[in-house]
Amino acid sequence: MLKYTLKRLLMMIPVLLGVSFVVFLLMYISPGDPAKMILGEMAEAQEVEALRESLGLNNGFWERFFTYMKDIVLYGDLGISYTTREPVFTEVMERFPVTLRLASSGVLVALLIGVPCGIIAATRQYSIFDHVATVLSLLGNSMPAFWMGILLILVFSVQLGLLPSSGYSSAEYMILPALTLGTSSAAVIMRMTRSSMLEVIRQDYIRTARSKGQRESIVIYFHALKNALIPVITAVGLQFGMLLGGSILTETIFSIPGIGKLMVDSIKSRNYPVVQGGVLILAVVFSFVNLGVDLLYAFVDPRIKSQYKGAKKNRKAAEEEQEEDEEDLEEEV
Amino acid sequence: MAEETRKNNPNAVEDISMYKKQSQFVQAWDRLRKNKVAIAGLVILVILILGGIFAEQLAPYGYDDQDVMRRFTAPCREFPFGTDNLGRCIYSRILYGARISLLIGFVATGMGAVAGTILGAFAGYYGSKTDNIIMRFCDVLQAIPSLLLAIAIAAALGSGLFNMMLAISIGAIPRYARTVRASILTVKDQEFIEAAHAIGASDARIILKHIFPNCLAPIIVQVTLGVAGSIINAASLSFIGLGVQAPTAEWGSMLSAGRQYVRDYWFVVMFPGLAIMTTILSLNLFGDGLRDALDPKLK
Amino acid sequence: MEKFLDIRDLNVEFKSDRGTVKAVNHVSFHINKGETIGLVGETGAGKTTTALSIMKLVPGPHGKIKSGEVLFEGEDLLKKSEKDMRKIRGGKISMIFQDPMTSLNPVVTVGDQIAEVIKLHNEKKSRQEMKEKAKQMLELVGIPASRYGDYPHQFSGGMKQRVVIAIALACNPELLIADEPTTALDVTIQAQVLELMAKLKKELNTSMILITHDLGVVAGECDHVAIMYAGEIVEYGSLKDIYKETKHPYTIGLFRSIPNVDKKDTRLIPIPGLMPDPANLPKGCYFAPRCQNKLPECDTCHPETLEVSPGHFVKCLRVQKEVESHG
Repeated sequence: MLKYTLKRLLMMIPVLLGVSFVVFLLMYISPGDPAKMILGEMAEAQEVEALRESLGLNNGFWERFFTYMKDIVLYGDLGISYTTREPVFTEVMERFPVTLRLASSGVLVALLIGVPCGIIAATRQYSIFDHVATVLSLLGNSMPAFWMGILLILVFSVQLGLLPSSGYSSAEYMILPALTLGTSSAAVIMRMTRSSMLEVIRQDYIRTARSKGQRESIVIYFHALKNALIPVITAVGLQFGMLLGGSILTETIFSIPGIGKLMVDSIKSRNYPVVQGGVLILAVVFSFVNLGVDLLYAFVDPRIKSQYKGAKKNRKAAEEEQEEDEEDLEEEV
Repeated sequence: MAEETRKNNPNAVEDISMYKKQSQFVQAWDRLRKNKVAIAGLVILVILILGGIFAEQLAPYGYDDQDVMRRFTAPCREFPFGTDNLGRCIYSRILYGARISLLIGFVATGMGAVAGTILGAFAGYYGSKTDNIIMRFCDVLQAIPSLLLAIAIAAALGSGLFNMMLAISIGAIPRYARTVRASILTVKDQEFIEAAHAIGASDARIILKHIFPNCLAPIIVQVTLGVAGSIINAASLSFIGLGVQAPTAEWGSMLSAGRQYVRDYWFVVMFPGLAIMTTILSLNLFGDGLRDALDPKLK
Repeated sequence: MEKFLDIRDLNVEFKSDRGTVKAVNHVSFHINKGETIGLVGETGAGKTTTALSIMKLVPGPHGKIKSGEVLFEGEDLLKKSEKDMRKIRGGKISMIFQDPMTSLNPVVTVGDQIAEVIKLHNEKKSRQEMKEKAKQMLELVGIPASRYGDYPHQFSGGMKQRVVIAIALACNPELLIADEPTTALDVTIQAQVLELMAKLKKELNTSMILITHDLGVVAGECDHVAIMYAGEIVEYGSLKDIYKETKHPYTIGLFRSIPNVDKKDTRLIPIPGLMPDPANLPKGCYFAPRCQNKLPECDTCHPETLEVSPGHFVKCLRVQKEVESHG
């Protein structure tokens, strides 16, 4: 397992290098002269030129990229914010805990709604609960986060006056944002859980478990669920990416001081380094989440675990299964 | 039976394959037709598309007919969805917005799908190094959540309709590339491809004539479901101020502009929001139905 | 002798898009203690459904036991509550399933899967005792106890079937239902598994219902045989009745379609046609459309079960006529 984790961490390096390159490229082609942006429109031409020189803006593309990478790796330096003249890294990381908290609450909402509803809908297929849950999940899946947020504000803040609509100070301020963020993921996870459960419930080993005299609740919540959760974990991993994107909108709607709000404010002031720095950091977070999901996978599915271990006993069988799994994954993606 | 036909008539093979190709889509359409929910989605979608195309004829007002005297008129006979903060007819703006949203949705998805299909075809067909480079490129793009990538690109390129479509389409490339690559890998080693090689068909001919038709079904499904994602991303970009600029009517920016008046005038946000939701819902319903129809084994 | 398991007039139906599928029709047979009965027939003849009915595991919500009695030690299982049935399943009656590749839960160790059934039927045992017993069961079916913690994917098909057998026998069942236990296995492994089952059955004095479409297996293992066709038992009798006094045209057809090493020159004679659609059974004898020896009335009149000799039952109009004419 450790070996596999290390291998995966190593494989992440080229991807993150690629991400950094994309981010750098985008910053490179962004309109406007960074030196002028930092010093403001009123700055003297000499001053601007001096700053250009000290920021290395007069160097060639690859030299600048190399410096950019060196600064990131050695100093965690993502450039300087045009507006505050603070390092971008510090600015983004200050907001990081807020976004992380919001995204995790979103995942929590998605899981707490999605998984149980999916299980109940599957075990009572074609019941009223199943139909209602299916319709709601279709609706939830069709709700962009910003529309959901506005609707929730309209109902819970404006009409009922129950919950605050903006700000970030206590737990109750997180309720509406978490719901906003989690709803569409909950819908996706519910559908995934339902179809996965339906698939698993039909399997022979479920019949075996029943034929042992096992009670139905344990058949469903132990034997079936443990198998059904495997594809759901993949879905949750993919949804986390959606949630990171969605957090930008949610933070904007509810005025939550996270990375997303920072990025949107920076877009308005054409503060590109902050926008790109935010993208880079969120992409790194997403990569680690994906790694975590893959490791969790091994934890739940022994077939994958023995692949990771490189078990020689049944290498052939494992390889066949791996191929199948890859196909499955590709279908889902 | 089939053996004999083939021996007696060399053209029969061609005929059979033509028949099969046709029947695959005919059968899919038969299955789709029976799926009432999917057809409902298709009907709504067609209505929305027609609404967008004939916005000039259908809309009682222009998308930028301002009149501050009538601002925030509640829904009434003259303004079925009310008016916004500048006194513009929300119903008319939603019709014009349908044009923009659907245009962006389809064009951005189309661009992503074409680029992704070409990349995926190269990766799957040539394998080894080409495959590796293209797939690592996809890894990089997929490491950035799609909305974030669109924001990063749109911020760099600046706002505007085409830039927005470009920003959205790039994030869509990997999944088409992966879909196509996967289907090519399954088709590539089958005997009819070897046969085509044996009679000296060129790579381009083999890809276009023999492999591509076999990957069509998964691409169609991906595109239908992808349009919904593109429309959401486009509206999201507009919502945070990176999309189409005022006064163009766009659902996301209508919501964004109306947001500050939500406490007093619910209709300012309600109708644009419902419009987005209806569009996405119809695309999802139709896309799901299409997937079930084209690929019954997935069901 | 005491009838250990007595199935009387069992009817099972499935609801489907195409209408009601009559999977099991008026099936009756019984087993004595320690005996083995073979249920023989083509795929879809209703053998598995009959077996699942005994366990009350007919897959819902579409499947339903319409009527009949399953008397086990004098009590009707079909009238028992789900709670009482749970005590019987895996305890007094257990089942070996057809496909060992899919019958084991892929994410639970094989040892735990054996221990599970032990735990369910021996509440007094401690964890350690259950684990010990599960290990004994592994050894009993020829798998080293050290593989307790391995997962199903680390085993071959034959080994998996041994695990399934270990699960089925862990609680010393009085009745074992084996649903094509060897179909999915290689021929050499088939023999091993059958031998193992026969040995364990003898040791534990278990009665067995052996479901198969392999008449060779039946000849080796069974005391009685029931031939099933389209959800009915068309012929039932002792091994000798079925093999030597074959009466029903379908049974005759089955024997003709097996290669015979002794008579090299005889050609195999397949039964023409396919089994009727169970959602749309013929009006007369279900076998009539494929029967090469049918009478005109076979198409309109459904035959009754007739006892041609003590313990030998046949469902065929021609046989019925012949018996009547001989007086």
